[in-house]
Amino acid sequence: MQQEYQKYYVPAQSPWPIVGAVALFLIAVGAGNFVIESTQDKSGYGGYLLTAGILTLLVMLFGWFKNQIDESMSGLYSDQLGRSYRQGMSWFIFSEVMFFAAFFGALFYARFIAVPWLGGASNNAMTNEVLWPGFEALWPLVSTPGGTTTQEMSAGGLPTINTIILLISSVTLHFAHVGLEQNKRKQLTLMLGATILLGAVFLYLQVQEYVHAYQDLGLTLQSGIYGNTFFMLTGFHGMHVTLGTIILIVLFLRVLKGHFTPDSHFAFQAGSWYWHFVDVVWVMLYLFVYVL
Amino acid sequence: MSKATEVMHPDEAAHGHDDHHDHHIPKGITRWLFTTNHKDIGTLYLWFAFIMFLIGGAMAMVIRAELFQPGLQIVEPNFFNQMTTVHGLIMVFGAVMPAFTGLANWLVPMMIGAPDMALPRMNNWSFWILPFAFLILLSSLFVEGGGPAFGWTFYAPLSTTYSSDSTALFVFSVHIMGISSIMGAINVIVTIFNMRAPGMTWMKMPLFVWTWLITAFLLIAVMPVLAGAVTMVLTDKFFGTSFFDAAGGGDPVMFQHIFWFFGHPEVYIMILPAFGIISQIIPTFSRKRLFGYASMVYATASIALLSFIVWAHHMFTTGMPLFAEMFFMFATMLISVPTGVKVFNWVATMWRGSLSFEIPMLFAIAFIVLFTIGGLSGLMLAITPVDFQYHDTYFVVAHFHYVLVTGAIFSIMAAVYYWLPKWTGKMFDITLAKWHFWCSLISVNVLFFPMHFVGLAGMPRRIPDYSLQFADFNKWISIGGFAFGLSQLIFLALLIKACKKQGEPVSDQVWEGAEGLEWEIPSPAPYHTFETPPVVK
Repeated sequence: MQQEYQKYYVPAQSPWPIVGAVALFLIAVGAGNFVIESTQDKSGYGGYLLTAGILTLLVMLFGWFKNQIDESMSGLYSDQLGRSYRQGMSWFIFSEVMFFAAFFGALFYARFIAVPWLGGASNNAMTNEVLWPGFEALWPLVSTPGGTTTQEMSAGGLPTINTIILLISSVTLHFAHVGLEQNKRKQLTLMLGATILLGAVFLYLQVQEYVHAYQDLGLTLQSGIYGNTFFMLTGFHGMHVTLGTIILIVLFLRVLKGHFTPDSHFAFQAGSWYWHFVDVVWVMLYLFVYVL
Repeated sequence: MSKATEVMHPDEAAHGHDDHHDHHIPKGITRWLFTTNHKDIGTLYLWFAFIMFLIGGAMAMVIRAELFQPGLQIVEPNFFNQMTTVHGLIMVFGAVMPAFTGLANWLVPMMIGAPDMALPRMNNWSFWILPFAFLILLSSLFVEGGGPAFGWTFYAPLSTTYSSDSTALFVFSVHIMGISSIMGAINVIVTIFNMRAPGMTWMKMPLFVWTWLITAFLLIAVMPVLAGAVTMVLTDKFFGTSFFDAAGGGDPVMFQHIFWFFGHPEVYIMILPAFGIISQIIPTFSRKRLFGYASMVYATASIALLSFIVWAHHMFTTGMPLFAEMFFMFATMLISVPTGVKVFNWVATMWRGSLSFEIPMLFAIAFIVLFTIGGLSGLMLAITPVDFQYHDTYFVVAHFHYVLVTGAIFSIMAAVYYWLPKWTGKMFDITLAKWHFWCSLISVNVLFFPMHFVGLAGMPRRIPDYSLQFADFNKWISIGGFAFGLSQLIFLALLIKACKKQGEPVSDQVWEGAEGLEWEIPSPAPYHTFETPPVVK
């Protein structure tokens, strides 16, 4: 029962959260108006508000993280606080898992229920005959009931290369972490740098794939449920890889400044968890969007 | 609590010297804007929720005014639709959920002996997102084409093909509400996992803490799914996707599956903390320990787990295969078992107790009776063939208002009356509180009980007009509605008096029979509590 209890660090007042709330407000209003204006050919101020919001968010992140890093470097943090951060990060990643689950759910529902029913499966023979005569249920849905046609994205080539790249990046990041824990700073720097490069190559190839889809295959965001799930899943994944790469770059700069010790490196751990999570999502994508 | 707790400060002597910011409470507006204090943030959440409750209530008054007589009387049908939609959104996301989060902020650290929430700055961020999110939602009512008019459930294609442009604003405001809820939930969960005082083992935790722990898990699991649903609505409406459009291989029924996968756990997000509150209040005023503490914990966990496999009971009339109808019917009826355990335990706690009927207890008993009515009508709705008759009628409206108004909201009022003296250090105005209770209790039943009858007789919900045979009942429903709305102004007056710190000073324990760490610290609770963890024996 007699444990040492360190004092828990409760920060004094901070201006950053309210700045963050204002930033999200500008982003939400800006994005809402921007979407309306850009799709309905209206003029307005949505784009400016959105930009202002993103800039405010960047200022907030910079200020808030600077605060955190200064506190951490001056030794204000206890092990208990470290546990709070780690648990908080794990639950955040769980929430991200559930976000992707919504889109995977849509993919599975469309593939195994909605499309077959439109083709007359279960008790829907009349749906097919009366509403969508001649529609054949196939997956990938390259020809929609409404008549839009497209081509299938093959799993070979770029997607497979990208899978290998991301899997290797998980390994290099792991070795960077091992380097940090064993205080081998050179290994840490090299391996972290390699991970960032791999992430950047992945993103570059992903852009190439989108160009290929739009220009050669006619596979677009508008080409029915196959294109919808393809672009929403890979698109949100790509946004997460982008964010993950930015996180890794920030970590890299901090490593160069000599931050992180073998026992105290929450930020590094969180960034690496995030990266591994993004990799796992990709593996699921590769399996269910491309291969199967 | 399974045992009476004793508080002991291991280094009481050192504590006295280490307090230069202990007694320093920041002044002015920046206190509230920059705060990292769980009590300040709790207060902000609670006042925000109450203001939203009044705004959402005003919209309900518009609805009831229109429905006072048959025929289109006061508002345009499209505006009526906006009122039903925004009333629902505000009450769910703006009133009930923030009120529970406010209570969690105030109470969880005090109940488990923590100095504050685990992530205090993020706590501030979670709160301040909310006023902005609702500013966006409310202002969307004034843009060209009007605000959201598709019901709080925003079913496609109402929210896609047939909605106004402001849907984009709705989508992004829901996004930032979700961010707020997820961060709030992460904070609660981490606080409970990591900040419990030594000796505060899992099965010693007060039930309010237990129910909130499980609620927080539900929030983190389903709010992202809601974010996914609104995102698909956004791309379907503005960017040409066809998630919910059969012509592109999608399915509008898929929207309902995704929405209710969020929506049903959401229902329990709005009632589990209420169960926790009632489980705190009933033992205090029965002067007995809670009957069946462990079974309460297990029942809460069972309800939470079952909540993930019952969502399609909202969709019995969408033409699902028979197997799915049966599965969701039986799974839903299963929930009445753990819920029944809870009601049984509350009654068993009161059985042969030394009861007294202070204001919180009055609300708690009203909760048990009226929530059970709502639970039983829920059981009726769970029966698939019966639901074919009840679906989308006022019977459904009666059902969920019994569980949400006389359930969730009564529990929040009970909680406020129970802990308000601890927060302010003064007893609230008991005369006003009695008026508030009795006026609310009578009017709320005049308001919602006849809805069962008109619903069974076939009156559809969400329609601004109705056929003549429903006229008498609707007149009474509206009168009950106005009375219930006015009754809440008594509550407003009482709360303003309490915040001005008027009233008799109270003891630390406040209520004879109250047990738990929060009743062992001074009244009013000091700005910072438990800077050194207490030892719970």
